[in-house]
Amino acid sequence: MSGLLTFGSALLGKLNWDQFPTSPSTIVGAVMVVLGGGAVFSWLLYKKKLGWLWREWLTSLDPKKIGVMYIVVALLMLLRGLADVLLIRAQQATSSGASHGLISADQLQQVISAHGTIMIFFVAMGLLFGLINLVLPLQIGARDVAFPFLNSISFWLFAGGMILVNASLVIGAFSGAGWLAYPPLSELKYSPGVGVDYWLWALQIAGIGTLLSGINFFVTILKMRAKGMTLMKMPLFVWSVLGTVILVMFAFPILTVTLALLILDRSLGMHFFTATAGGNPMMYVNLIWAWGHPEVYILVLPAFGIYSEIVATFARKRLFGYESMVWAMGAIVFLSFTVWVHHFFTMGAGADVNAFFGIMTMIIAIPTGVKIFNWLFTMYRGRILFASPMLWFMGFVVIFTIGGVAGVLLAMPPIDFQLHNSLFLVAHFHMMIVGGVVFGYFAGLTYWFPKMFGFKLNETLGKWAFWCWAVGFVTAFTPLYILGLMGATRRLDHYDASMGWQPLFIVAGLGALLVCAGVGFQVLQFVVSIIQRDKNRDLTGDPWNGRTLEWSVPSPAPVYNFAVLPTVDDHDPFWEQKQSKKKLAEPVYEDIWMPKNSGLGVIIAGMVFVFGFAMIWHIYWLAILMLLGTIVTIIIRASDDDTEELITAAEVAKTEKALRQGSAA
Amino acid sequence: MMKFIRLGALVGYFGGLTAIATLYLRHQNIPVLQPRGTIATQERNLIVIAVLISLVVVLPVFALLIGFAVRYREGNKKARYMPEFTGSNAYELVWWLIPTAIIVVLSVITWVGSHRLDPYKPLNSSVKPITIQVVALDWKWLFIYPDQHVASVNSFQIPVNTPINFQITSDAPMNSFWVPALGGQVYAMPGMSTQLHLMASKTGDYRGSSANISGIGFAGMTFTAHAGSNTDFTNWVTHIKKTDRALTTTEYTKLAKQSSNVKPIYYSQPADNLYDDTVMKYMMPMDDMPSDSNGSAQPMTTQQNAPAGQMPGMAM
Repeated sequence: MSGLLTFGSALLGKLNWDQFPTSPSTIVGAVMVVLGGGAVFSWLLYKKKLGWLWREWLTSLDPKKIGVMYIVVALLMLLRGLADVLLIRAQQATSSGASHGLISADQLQQVISAHGTIMIFFVAMGLLFGLINLVLPLQIGARDVAFPFLNSISFWLFAGGMILVNASLVIGAFSGAGWLAYPPLSELKYSPGVGVDYWLWALQIAGIGTLLSGINFFVTILKMRAKGMTLMKMPLFVWSVLGTVILVMFAFPILTVTLALLILDRSLGMHFFTATAGGNPMMYVNLIWAWGHPEVYILVLPAFGIYSEIVATFARKRLFGYESMVWAMGAIVFLSFTVWVHHFFTMGAGADVNAFFGIMTMIIAIPTGVKIFNWLFTMYRGRILFASPMLWFMGFVVIFTIGGVAGVLLAMPPIDFQLHNSLFLVAHFHMMIVGGVVFGYFAGLTYWFPKMFGFKLNETLGKWAFWCWAVGFVTAFTPLYILGLMGATRRLDHYDASMGWQPLFIVAGLGALLVCAGVGFQVLQFVVSIIQRDKNRDLTGDPWNGRTLEWSVPSPAPVYNFAVLPTVDDHDPFWEQKQSKKKLAEPVYEDIWMPKNSGLGVIIAGMVFVFGFAMIWHIYWLAILMLLGTIVTIIIRASDDDTEELITAAEVAKTEKALRQGSAA
Repeated sequence: MMKFIRLGALVGYFGGLTAIATLYLRHQNIPVLQPRGTIATQERNLIVIAVLISLVVVLPVFALLIGFAVRYREGNKKARYMPEFTGSNAYELVWWLIPTAIIVVLSVITWVGSHRLDPYKPLNSSVKPITIQVVALDWKWLFIYPDQHVASVNSFQIPVNTPINFQITSDAPMNSFWVPALGGQVYAMPGMSTQLHLMASKTGDYRGSSANISGIGFAGMTFTAHAGSNTDFTNWVTHIKKTDRALTTTEYTKLAKQSSNVKPIYYSQPADNLYDDTVMKYMMPMDDMPSDSNGSAQPMTTQQNAPAGQMPGMAM
């Protein structure tokens, strides 16, 4: 009997039937995950689309397709994160006094941890790398990224991390230690289950994908720009991505190491962050924020880049103060590594240390303020078209500025002592990350959508979506500022009725519902736009009267992006070309080599995913097998010399002719 | 016309919400803005000052945003269109310098404020301070009065206008000790002792809580700080001293076990050096560690069966 048990635990580690959900709410979650995945799979099977999906999408090394896949995953995760929001809001609106709400403390803490993890790592980062993949090569006049196969691995590692987070709904449980899992709470003693392990391995795998992407786009920007595009002629979105990938390359290794140390603590009984035996939990807090603060700028810089493109396009005016914008961005990149302590002024560091980090934090407000004024003065004496991307920009300025004032308050240590970890803080960072980052990505998504699919999104529904989002968002988070001032802390599953908090939580919940309506309009917008795609076709390749190179190619962009590689002598090259009204010379097409599709990216990331799963459940034989498999597959791929295929000049000419038919008129 | 209706709806919506909120909040307690202690009052004043200074930038931003959006909208052909106006050193100098000037002012305030309101700095007062040692447990707060030789759980008494020196640690995951009516918070961390100096300026009962997640019982880690007269305080101490429940090390070990939403408990005679021992036990080499005092309620059966010093379960 005991021999059988030993065999079982060697074979399956900690995995057993008890790990499947038993309480109603977790069963609902598990069923939704399984049914959702199953429904998509069977639909594809029924339509005989599985082969097509594999050949055209999953194995594709085309950054545009990888970008679309990132965005699809991110939008699905947005729905998951939003479902978490509804649970949190419903719980906090009802769990007052005698009522204990809908779910238990344990469940709420899992939901809150999952919400933060998913929204940052799988929604914001997904939209970020999706848009970078779609737009960046086109904007610098390149046909591809520097390492197309690595790009595929990056995406699939990201997807693997995403699946791990959601697998925790079906098998086991998720971490309840908050989205950054501070030890000692996240150590084995206080979190003995697999939840924190799910969190650790999901982020570890997705994080390595992000790091590889960072390197990939850094090299792409430095080595693959069009002839004549000096650094100071790069579009601002490209600058912002350069800033972001520099931050990724410096910050993500810190995350990888920090997670690895916590993994060692939990799996091998080491003492990096335990309170005992010389370990120091505060070292973890320092390390995680040494990654975490730059991460905020990793997210927001490309959004700034997107706003820069959008304001210039829709104000029909070149961006005001281009050089200032670049220097401001550089200052932000540098300063973002000098402020991490402001996340824990309350740790008890001395006044000198706290004051230093507080002042450094406030200094970041200077370049950020400069950027806002430059955007405003791009509008000055322009001709502004209020298309929905421009509305997202306007909403951003309002919400980001309010959130910024809250940020200046929190940067002052004595004020932070009063507001740290209160709902005031929660309201602040949501205003920065949703108002600043997510609004920017939505604007970018609307703006560049025609370039991906060849038709515009429905503007009316887009505007409805914006207004529901903006009004709902302000309604949801203003009460949180007040609640923070009233002493309400974050992550509460229950509070005393005498606090007078409940009405404010209810208003916040109504605001969240309005945001959901906004998301509903976005879903509707996609559906309606796809149905009416013939009406909204972009035949010119330049639906917004754009300024940069991506608008000079047809929509959707052909697989090779540019039939003839462009030469650039201005930072709004396409605009200048249109202004000069010079007739372009008849293009001379040439043979183009593009990378072949490869399924090995999926396979490698798939094995890494199984490796992570095996490590979570201590199924060590499987982990070792997968690790070996991964290494062998990488070697196989590295020794393959036949990775590119030829598109002949004749084929290019034929494709261009077909795609350009609309713009000839 | 439609535009005005939409604008009106928006203004009406937020105006209405603000009005209702104002009416509601007039009768509510907002401790950060209605401080009852000297430190909290200074912190509230800083908030007001910082907001006012920030408005110097915020108001122009909003004015310019709305002004430019209306003036330079596509439909308004009367407005000048100058696509070539894309930079101006003079203009840009203005918005590099004004934010810089504001940040310089705020930085000075931050530097001075950080030092003046350093939680480690003892308060100036002619009154002799009272020391309270705070231990965060799973999931309640223990308050030890080393000089008065009493202790209490989830409730403590202080005299007004008397500096209170809090020494704070945790015998559980990290928590954060926060009484917003009296002043800002400081983390409670195992194996470390932090300090906080507060002083109540008005009598009253003030809610405190843990501001940092520490497990499933953390939402119930609330406590009450009773600020009263000196007589109230003396009576309170005398009364507790008469109870025969002493906080021995055995009693402490029992108390430290996981429990949530704990009603106030009062102890006479806390064991000598209880606080210091609680901090120090995390500093011991593994083999000398006293037996795990608060872990027995944990669902960690596999680890408890393990030989000491080998399993990861001994990690804390």
